[in-house]
Amino acid sequence: MSSNNNSEHHDQPGEGHIAEVHHPSYGINVLVWIGLLSLTSITVAVAGINLGSLALTVALLIALVKSMFVVNFFMHVKFDNKIIKLFIGVCMVIFIVVLILTFFDLTFRY
Amino acid sequence: MSQTNENTQPDYHVVHIHRDDFGSKMGLWLFLFTEILLFGGLFILYAAYRFIYPEGFAAAAAELDVLLGAVNTVILLTSSLTVVLGIVALQKNNKKLSLFFLWVTVVCGLLFLVNKYFEWGAKFHHGIYPKGPALQEMSEGEVMYFGLYYVMTGLHALHIIVGLIFIGVVMWQIKKDVLTSSNFQRMENAGLYWHLVDIIWIFLFPLLYLIH
Repeated sequence: MSSNNNSEHHDQPGEGHIAEVHHPSYGINVLVWIGLLSLTSITVAVAGINLGSLALTVALLIALVKSMFVVNFFMHVKFDNKIIKLFIGVCMVIFIVVLILTFFDLTFRY
Repeated sequence: MSQTNENTQPDYHVVHIHRDDFGSKMGLWLFLFTEILLFGGLFILYAAYRFIYPEGFAAAAAELDVLLGAVNTVILLTSSLTVVLGIVALQKNNKKLSLFFLWVTVVCGLLFLVNKYFEWGAKFHHGIYPKGPALQEMSEGEVMYFGLYYVMTGLHALHIIVGLIFIGVVMWQIKKDVLTSSNFQRMENAGLYWHLVDIIWIFLFPLLYLIH
């Protein structure tokens, strides 16, 4: 009777959402970590090659891929509620808009 | 209904836990966005000055030790992994293993700070500090670079310290069974904060150390 009460209280309105476990596993996280270390060594190796103006783009692309791994797997966003993805998207759009507006000013001035 | 209650258990056994894990997580994410905009402002400042002084930035970045930066990157990535593994261990009800993983995270965080201490120490030793002899002979671009270097890595190191305190509190609460396999949201929140600090370093490393 009392255990029944316990499991029911998840569904009661106004009781808040209790987090549940989504198949916790060590393996996938270790794989992501190996991927992150490989990408780090690639960034360092690529920096040694003279790519000219492409160097910054490549470095930023690798950093972006790395952070996508961290956000999706370590921060569980891949398995999370869509609203958090939406929040992240809005935050990134604000950041990029401000960056672009800054460069409109800079490129016309210098 | 009331009869069965009287027969089986008294009423005070019905517990209403006032807890909202999703709300807690969302609150932490909102906080993380303010952090992203804080560091984002600095990244935009960096982009603007690197655009204006490309040569100065390249010359100044050459003074940094790429190996030390790479080692610190590996340390932080590893500490992020151990936080996640600690959460998995707690969810699997393995308290000891969870605490072990969090200890590894704390050691990694401290190692990162020790490396930063030696890195900054070497810069000071070479006269690169506000009004330092070496800095005064540098070009405007190099001075701007080192200003941003100290502010960004300094603010980041401050976040590492806060993250370590957060993780320390979580470890204490796991030890005291406040956080368990059915109540782990605060640990996840500490992890989310730690991962954000890791992501910021993922961008700081190539932008500060790998300019040629």
